[in-house]
Amino acid sequence: MTPMLAAVEWGGEWHIPEPSELFEWPAFWWSADWNLFGVPLYVNRVVMLTFLAVLIAAALFLVAFRAPRVVPSKLQSFAESIVEFIREQIAIQVIGADGVKWVPFLTTIFMFVWINNLFEVVPGINFPPTSRMALPAFLSVMVYITFLFMGIKAQGFASYFKNLAFPPGVPWPIYILYTPIELISVLVVRPLTLAVRLFANMMAGHIILTMIFITIHAFLYLRPELPIGLVALVAAPLLIGFELVVGILQAYIFTILTAVYIGGALHPEH
Amino acid sequence: MEGDIGSIGAGLVYGLGAIGPGIGIGFLVGKAIEAMARQPEAAGMVRTTMFLGIAFVEALALFGFVLSFIV
Repeated sequence: MTPMLAAVEWGGEWHIPEPSELFEWPAFWWSADWNLFGVPLYVNRVVMLTFLAVLIAAALFLVAFRAPRVVPSKLQSFAESIVEFIREQIAIQVIGADGVKWVPFLTTIFMFVWINNLFEVVPGINFPPTSRMALPAFLSVMVYITFLFMGIKAQGFASYFKNLAFPPGVPWPIYILYTPIELISVLVVRPLTLAVRLFANMMAGHIILTMIFITIHAFLYLRPELPIGLVALVAAPLLIGFELVVGILQAYIFTILTAVYIGGALHPEH
Repeated sequence: MEGDIGSIGAGLVYGLGAIGPGIGIGFLVGKAIEAMARQPEAAGMVRTTMFLGIAFVEALALFGFVLSFIV
């Protein structure tokens, strides 16, 4: 009778979706009983979107740099501008001159997070895989292991944790306050906030977009005499633009924090 | 969803937890813009440091967000 909105995959009559219906997708039938030692490993829409993001990022760079030219094509200059931005604005700016060798890692993280965030506003997909905690948590654990490993590799196990907890040149009573705060901040708060920041922003964005779309649907079709539907119709493109900005900003913040943590592990004086 | 005291608590935890970081980020970005306007050639460094500071201040708001699920 009226256009369908969210929650189509759950079937049934149109209704205002529950929050769980915005984020939980049923498994594809061919993978419904996959598991690893009792832990369900089924493939659903979110998993496929994650693989799609990897494919898009890989295809973009492969096509752009397949036959590089001195006078770049439009696609090549776009890809070059991304890499140059990561190199100049993040790697060299934050890590220092030896940050150049981290450019591939940072570019991979940036493109993966950015494309996953972009899925939030892509028509027909309208779902950011980063709004499920699994993806940000995985990325955050990866960054956590990387910066701990690099710190131990660059400074040695004992001196890395000594520099972390007891930096030289501080009068000793300060350590009573400083050491617990710094240890909790680096070892617990860093990975937690890195994951939650991305997750919370994308989850909030997804809920806001869904709510504005539901408002348009409900008020334009069910109560056309009220102006609320028209107001929402005007507000929706603005919100989509806002979410585009949030998506790229969160990818940038995730990447720059990764660079800051790695740089801090490499150079203890920071 | 029933309206019990827990959901009010969850709302309060997040709402109160967001006040401090809201003020903090306001100050932080305002000062950063001031610094960029005074010395545009240092804008890159100021922007990097600003995002770093925002990340630390925002951590408190994110604690509120996480705790609102737990409460």
